[in-house]
Amino acid sequence: MSPTYAYYPGCSGLGTSAEYDRSTRAVCKTLGIELVDIPDWSCCGSTPAHTVDHALSCALSARNIGQAEKLDVEGIITPCPSCLTNLKTASHRMRNPEFKARVEKLLDEPVENRLPVMSVLQVLFEQVGPRRIADRVTESLSGLRLAPYYGCIMNRPPEIMDFDDCENPIAMDRLMAALGADIAPFPLKVECCGASFGVARKGMVMKLSGKLLDAAEDVRADAMVTACPLCQMNLDLRQKQINAANNARHNMPVFYYTQLIGKALGLGEDSLMLDNLIVRPVGAFRKMEEVRRSAS
Amino acid sequence: MKIGVFVCHCGSNIAGTVDVARVAEEARKLPDVAFASDTMYACSEPGQEGIIEAIREHNLDGVVVASCTPRMHEPTFRRTVERAGLNRYMFEMANIREHVSWIGKDIEANTGKAIDLVAMAVAKLTHDKRLTAKKFSINKRVMVIGGGVAGIQAALDCADGGLEVVLVEKTPSIGGKMSKLDKTFPTIDCSSCILGPKMVDVAQHPNITLYANAEVAGVQGYVGNFEVSVNRKATYVDWEACTGCGQCMEKCPSKKSRDVFNEDIGTTTAINIPFPQAIPKKASINPEFCMKLTKGKCGVCEKICPTKAIRFDQTDAEAVENVGAIVVATGFDLFDHTRYGEYGGGRYTDVITSIQYERLLSASGPTGGHIKRPSDGKEPENVVFIQCVGSRDKSIGRPYCSGFCCMYTAKQAILTKDHLPESQSYVFYMDIRAPGKLYDEFTRRAMEEYGARYIRGRVSMIYPKGDRYVVRGADTLMGAAVEVEADLVVLAVGAESAKGAPQLAEKLRISYDTYGFYMESHPKLRPVETNTAGVYLAGACQGPKDIPSSVGQGSAAAAKVLALFSKDQLESDPQISEVDIKRCVGCGKCIETCPFTAIELTEFRGQPKAKVIETVCQGCGNCTTTCPQGAIQLQHFTDNQILAEVNVLCQQTLPNYG
Repeated sequence: MSPTYAYYPGCSGLGTSAEYDRSTRAVCKTLGIELVDIPDWSCCGSTPAHTVDHALSCALSARNIGQAEKLDVEGIITPCPSCLTNLKTASHRMRNPEFKARVEKLLDEPVENRLPVMSVLQVLFEQVGPRRIADRVTESLSGLRLAPYYGCIMNRPPEIMDFDDCENPIAMDRLMAALGADIAPFPLKVECCGASFGVARKGMVMKLSGKLLDAAEDVRADAMVTACPLCQMNLDLRQKQINAANNARHNMPVFYYTQLIGKALGLGEDSLMLDNLIVRPVGAFRKMEEVRRSAS
Repeated sequence: MKIGVFVCHCGSNIAGTVDVARVAEEARKLPDVAFASDTMYACSEPGQEGIIEAIREHNLDGVVVASCTPRMHEPTFRRTVERAGLNRYMFEMANIREHVSWIGKDIEANTGKAIDLVAMAVAKLTHDKRLTAKKFSINKRVMVIGGGVAGIQAALDCADGGLEVVLVEKTPSIGGKMSKLDKTFPTIDCSSCILGPKMVDVAQHPNITLYANAEVAGVQGYVGNFEVSVNRKATYVDWEACTGCGQCMEKCPSKKSRDVFNEDIGTTTAINIPFPQAIPKKASINPEFCMKLTKGKCGVCEKICPTKAIRFDQTDAEAVENVGAIVVATGFDLFDHTRYGEYGGGRYTDVITSIQYERLLSASGPTGGHIKRPSDGKEPENVVFIQCVGSRDKSIGRPYCSGFCCMYTAKQAILTKDHLPESQSYVFYMDIRAPGKLYDEFTRRAMEEYGARYIRGRVSMIYPKGDRYVVRGADTLMGAAVEVEADLVVLAVGAESAKGAPQLAEKLRISYDTYGFYMESHPKLRPVETNTAGVYLAGACQGPKDIPSSVGQGSAAAAKVLALFSKDQLESDPQISEVDIKRCVGCGKCIETCPFTAIELTEFRGQPKAKVIETVCQGCGNCTTTCPQGAIQLQHFTDNQILAEVNVLCQQTLPNYG
């Protein structure tokens, strides 16, 4: 029987990162992971809530946890690292009975807090595994050199996130390698992209994300691959701004890892939405074909 | 029986939270107590004289002193009562300091507990018997475990004092960590030039037997008469025949063997002499890389060896040594920096450890003393040193300061400028800890004369950028984030206990701390003794130490051994088990539980009976609790004595003090 998870798409999944959401659902379906959307889910609190009030912030996520508990599922999964952080932090903090009581008072109902919370990446890496994904590959990505970029919160803080290595994570590297891609030793895997400062202090994002693009170019990557909607947006949507600010000429496609898995598994454009990427990946794919042709 | 009780104030240590006068007053009411008083310092000269006077005046049969721990002063007071003509075992101690005054502030409760403890000691004393120590002769040979600088010093001092010394070293050569260093702080003298002669002295000293490439497998016996079995690991070379000519090294085709001595900077041949000054200067084969031993082909060394010393069929051998004392000098290991993911976790070729850097600096190292980056052999321009890697970091379980890293980093920064005048060194540090003689001046010199740039703050991350590295950290004095581009990064790794240290401690029956460092008997007053008589400590096996401290402690341990051996006979402790032969049914349960194999089975009128080997028994009491007949009793802690204590405690009618 295929495992069933309560799926939390997050706000960005329905908006700015629709292609992440769409490809995640398609990949999970193909690999036999059943997703049930959490009924009537609400915002996780995102960045602002926990800077104001910990109990309130946790209550927002706890409500979603509570909603998921009403389903017959093995756990809660989400593609977005920020949603993941909020869900996991809420779950972690509620192990303290006193804190749990405060949250429950805000929600007017009890939360069992029994379901494990994981990222889609963790489920794909640990439950399905690179080997089984490699078996399903129909269109190998060999010839495509990727810089895997995890972002700063997928694995941090380690005592709460409890997945992979917080300094040198390898889950995405291994999954991409299973698709046949060439993995560049990307040194800034867990660096900050500037996150939501893109709005408040754009210069910060220009500097930090610019550094990431420089580093990816340094290791001769054809493209970056991410697991975070915000990172993807800063690197992809703002790449032109970054180029202008730093006097650079990057033309670096920034994929979601689920898009590349989907491509290697032979899924169609309507589930991958590669067209939604701002920096067109055509060049990277063309180079991939050339490398392959010259190798054969 | 007439008993005297002396309640010590210990200054304010006890009197501050215990009503000592009342304890003495209550003691006076106890049966058999003929005299009781409180005294300011029972252990002082007037205090002891007071005890002697009271014994004589009141014709006492036994004495109870209520004061500190028996570990501290039981021998002192035993000598006191002996001087007054009593048997030294007619003395009991009640610990009202560590067990009472230091752990609670409630005077009422403390006083009640102190009264109870005194009453118990008095009750036990009424059942005490006069015991006499037996004498036994000692074997005046000493074993030193570990051939680093501390072990070498201890061995030489003992040997010069006329003792026969057995030195056991795990690796194929003595010299330890010091032999891998290029120069030493704060004098910048050449490490191997000052250590080399001492190593040669070890080899040439008629009183020293050296077992290199050997490990202690087991220890039996007791102070004065240890029996140590030593596992001499196979080297596949007959060391009697080997002359150390080195021809085998030149011809060995397997050149990818791990170079342990050079800290894996570069490789070596499968048969090798670890370094030019090695003692003993003998070749040994690394079986993992020898083609003859792994694949059955080759054997070049065997063909060319002029003295026919190669023995591919050699196996480990056991040697048994009888010694009277053991000096443990097993040293330390360096922290494994691959645990720091943010520093690359061992993935970056040009992020190396401080000891690897020493090998690069050393003229006998793999680069002949030229500083070259391991990745491309280029001379580095910017060298970044990061201190406290594996020191003072709770998150990786190393909260302690390793002590010598500040100094060796300053030394390496100075040497870097010496070797490469165009280079620039940066040192990220947390605090500079340089308390030794001429140490602070030395670190100042690194900064002021050699221009090393010291930045106070931890490094958060190292990442490669092109063929250089970006070292990102904080400058906490400036309050800003800093990034330094480095060609070479040297991690000042801290010290941790040697691998296998706890296992060796079990064999030697000595204690070790949470981190695996061996515990001294008293941190201030007995720094080289252990709690096992006849076993002494020297060097960094006890905690991180620099060369001067290690050498000092090596000499101190040797002095202790010489003092021990200045007597021809030692007194055995009479507080050991004794078998009541009439009660013993010869079931042998005590033999099974004895951790020291101090009990054997004998025959008495055709019946099997247990017998205690007096010199081996350590008086732990395991056998007495095991014996179903109650036939085996620990002298001075017999069932009757312990029951007397329990009885009096149960009969106390004092208020409940929780």
